[in-house]
Amino acid sequence: MSSSTSTDYEKYYVPEKSRLAICATIGLILSIYGAASIMNDMTFGDPSEPSSSWTIFLCGLFFFVATLFGWFRTTIRENIAGMNSAQLKKSYVLGMFWFIFSEVMFFFAFFGALFYVRNLVGPWLAGEGAGRMNFLLWEGFQYSWPMMETPQEAVGGAAAQPIANNGSFTSAETSMAFAEAHHWYAWLPMWNTIILLTSSVTCHIAHLGILDGNRKKFNIWLGLTVLLGIIFLCLQVAEYYEAYVHFGLTLNSGIYGSTFFMLTGFHGFHVLMGMTMLLIQWLRSVKGGHFTADDHFGFEASSWYWHFVDVVWVFLFLFIYIL
Amino acid sequence: MGDHHHGPAQGLSRWLFTTNHKDIGTMYLWFSFAMFLLGGFFAMIIRAELFQPGMQLVDPAFFNQMTTLHGLIMVFGAIMPSFVGLANWLIPMMIGAPDMALPRMNNWSFWILPPTFLLLASTLFMEGGAPAFGWTFYAPLSTTYAPPSVTFFIFSVHVLGLSSIMGSINIIATVMNMRAPGMTYMKMPLFVWTWLITAFLLVAVMPVLAGAVTMMLMDIHFGTSFFSAAGGGDPVLFQHVFWFFGHPEVYIIILPAFGVVSQIIPAFSRKPLFGYDSMVYATASIAFLSFIVWAHHMYTVGMPIAGELFFMYATMLIAVPTGVKVFNWITTMWRGALTFETPMLFCIGFLVLFTIGGFTGLMLSIAPADFQYHDSYFVVAHFHYVMVAGAVFSMTAAIYYWLPKWCGRMYNEAMGKTHFWISFIGFNVTFFPQHFVGLAGMPRRIPDYALQFTDFNMMSSIGAFIYGASQILFLYNVIATIVSGKPISDEKVWEGAEGLEWTVATPAPYHTFETPPKIDPAHAHS
Repeated sequence: MSSSTSTDYEKYYVPEKSRLAICATIGLILSIYGAASIMNDMTFGDPSEPSSSWTIFLCGLFFFVATLFGWFRTTIRENIAGMNSAQLKKSYVLGMFWFIFSEVMFFFAFFGALFYVRNLVGPWLAGEGAGRMNFLLWEGFQYSWPMMETPQEAVGGAAAQPIANNGSFTSAETSMAFAEAHHWYAWLPMWNTIILLTSSVTCHIAHLGILDGNRKKFNIWLGLTVLLGIIFLCLQVAEYYEAYVHFGLTLNSGIYGSTFFMLTGFHGFHVLMGMTMLLIQWLRSVKGGHFTADDHFGFEASSWYWHFVDVVWVFLFLFIYIL
Repeated sequence: MGDHHHGPAQGLSRWLFTTNHKDIGTMYLWFSFAMFLLGGFFAMIIRAELFQPGMQLVDPAFFNQMTTLHGLIMVFGAIMPSFVGLANWLIPMMIGAPDMALPRMNNWSFWILPPTFLLLASTLFMEGGAPAFGWTFYAPLSTTYAPPSVTFFIFSVHVLGLSSIMGSINIIATVMNMRAPGMTYMKMPLFVWTWLITAFLLVAVMPVLAGAVTMMLMDIHFGTSFFSAAGGGDPVLFQHVFWFFGHPEVYIIILPAFGVVSQIIPAFSRKPLFGYDSMVYATASIAFLSFIVWAHHMYTVGMPIAGELFFMYATMLIAVPTGVKVFNWITTMWRGALTFETPMLFCIGFLVLFTIGGFTGLMLSIAPADFQYHDSYFVVAHFHYVMVAGAVFSMTAAIYYWLPKWCGRMYNEAMGKTHFWISFIGFNVTFFPQHFVGLAGMPRRIPDYALQFTDFNMMSSIGAFIYGASQILFLYNVIATIVSGKPISDEKVWEGAEGLEWTVATPAPYHTFETPPKIDPAHAHS
C-alpha cells in the first residue's frame, strides 16, 4: 500500500509543537467535570445550595468547541498552503474511516441491548424458560413489545414488592409503533425516513457536482442536504414533544422508553453533528470558495458521516418503529 | 525542508506542546509507571489488610474502594498506556516512518489521561467515597447502590475511551499508511502486527464500554431502566455489554505483550522467530475469537444451557492459537545460541508463568467446573498470572531491551537480574498460594476470611511486599541508566537484535526517518 510508484519521496508533514492538544484537554476535562457535577447536583444535591456546576460546564464546553474550531482551521490552512502530501491525506481518510467504525460500534451496544431485551429478557420476566421463578417477583407480568406495562406496574406499583423495585417506571399510554398510527400520513417516523433518505441522495448529487467542478450545483445540493437535516431535527423535536405530552412516553416508561429515547436520541445527536459538519463545508464553499474537483476531503468526510447516520436511521426505523 | 533538523524544544513546553512520537512515548511510559506505583500502593493496602484474618487496618467500605481503584488504575492507567507508549516509541522506528500519522492528535490522546486519572483518584476524597463496586462495576451495585462519585467515574471512563480510540486510530493509520517502501505487511516486525490487531480491537470495543457507562448514567440520573427488572430491563444486560468490551480488553492487554516477547526471544536466541506467518494468523485468530467468548465471565448468572455450551467451546478454542504462539516461542529457543540478559530472563519468566495462567484459564473455561471457581481467589490468581506475569513482565522486558537504544546508555545488568529474580520469586509467592485458597473456597473482594486460609494469605502478603519493593529497584535502575549509565554507541545494542530500529544511531535521534529507509527485499521480517 505504501510502496509508492514514484521514485522521489514527497515529505510527510510533521507539524511543529502545537498548543491545540493541551487546550482541547483543558476544555474537555472542565466540560466533563461540570457535566458530572450538574448531574450529581440534580440527583444527590441540595437544591437550595448554590452551585457553580453549570458555569464550569459551559466555560469548558465553550473552550473545547473554540479549540476544535481552531484545530480544524489549522488543518484546513495547512492543506490550502499545500503542506499535505498525498500520503498525509490518506492518513486523514483512514482516520475518518475508523472513527466512523467506532461510532458504528457505539450504536451496536445500544442495538445489542435492544435485541437482548426484546428476545430474552422480556420473555424471561414473563416466566418463560425452565426453572424460572419469576412469579415470585413479577406475578402477572405479560410480555409484549412495545412494552406497555412494566413488571412493576404488573404487580401493582413500587410498594407492592420491595425486593427489586428500584425506581419508578410508568409505561406510556401510546407507543411510537406503526400500529398506533391512525393514518399512515400522520406517522412522523415515515416522514423522517423519507427526508433522511432523500438527504443522502442530495448529498451524493452535491458530491457529483464538485467532482465535475460545478460549484453552483455543489452549493445548491449541499445546501438542500443541510436543510433536510434541519427539517429532520425539527420533526424529531416535534416527535419527542408528542411523546412526552400526549403519549406519556418518557425516559421513565420502562425499557421501551429507555431504548426508544436512547437510540433515537443518540441518532438525533449524530444528525446534529453531521448537519453541523455539512453546514461548515457549505459555508466553506459559499463564503471561502474552498474545494476543488480533486481536493475536497472536508466535504467527503462529512458526507461519509452523513451516509452513516442515514444507515443507522434505516436500522432504527426497522427495529424501533416497524418491527 | 530543513526545519525538522533541530532537536527538542527546551523546558516544559517541549512536553506540553510536543508532536514528537518519542516525546509522547516517553510521557506515556512515565505516566503508566506512576500509575503502576499508585495501583501497586493500593494493592499493598489490600494485602496488608489480608495479612491476618479479622479487620486490621481499613474498614470494609474502604477495602472495596481499594480493590476497585487498584483494578481500574492497573488496567486503564498502567498496562494499557504503557503499551501505547511502547507503540509510540517503536512503531515509527520499526516501519521506517518519520513519525506517527497524526501527531497532534497523538499528543491529545496522551494529555487527556493525567487529568482524568486525577479526577478518578479524587473520588477517594468525595462524599460517599470512591467507587466501591469492583473494576467490573456490575449493576445494580454501580447504579442503584453506587456512591455519588460514580458520575465522575462514568465520565472518566468516557474520556479514557476517547483517548484509547484516538490512540488506536493513530496506530492503524500509521501502520497502514506510513510503512517505508518495501515494508510489506508480512515483513513487519511482530510487535507492529500485534499492535495493529490490538488497535482494531480497541476501536471496536471501547465504544461499547462507552455505551455501557452511558446506560448506567441514564439509569442513575434520568430514570431509564436498562439494568432494572422492575422497568423491564435486566442487571445481567450490564454484564453482557460490559464483557463484550471486557473480554477483547484482556487481549488488548496481552497481544502487545506477545509482540514484545516475539521481538526479544529471537534476539537472545540468535535465531529468527520460528513460524512468523503462523504467529500473525494466531494473533488474528485470538482477536476474532475474543468477540465470541464474553459470557464465560458469567457462567453463573443463569444463562440457558445452549449459551453455556457455546461460550465454553468457543473459549476452549482460544487455547489453540495461544498454544501455537507458546510452541513457536519455545521452538525459537530450541538449539539457539541462548544468553540470559535481563530482557530474556523476563521473557522466559513470561513464557513459563503466562502458560500457567493460560492453563488455569482453560480450567475456568469449563462451565460446570467454573461454578466452583467463580469469584474465588482462583480467578484472582489466574488473571494475575496473565496480567502481571504476562503483560507487566513483558513490559519490563521491553524497557530493559529498548532503553539502551533510546537513551544511549546501558543499564546495570546485575541490578536488572536481581530485579528479575526478586520479581519472579515475589510474584509466585504472592499468587501461587491464591490458587489453593481459591479452590478451597475463599471468595475474592472480601476484607476478612476464615481462619484456615491464614497461612496462605500471609504468604501472599509477604510475596506482594517483596514484589512491590522490587519495583523500586527497577525505578532506581531506570533512572540511574538515564542519568549516569555506561554510554554506548553501537547501533545494535544487542548482538542478535534485528529490525530497522537497530539501524539508526544510538541514542535514537529525535527525528528518525525523515526520508524512508531502504528495505532489503531479501531480508525477511525481523
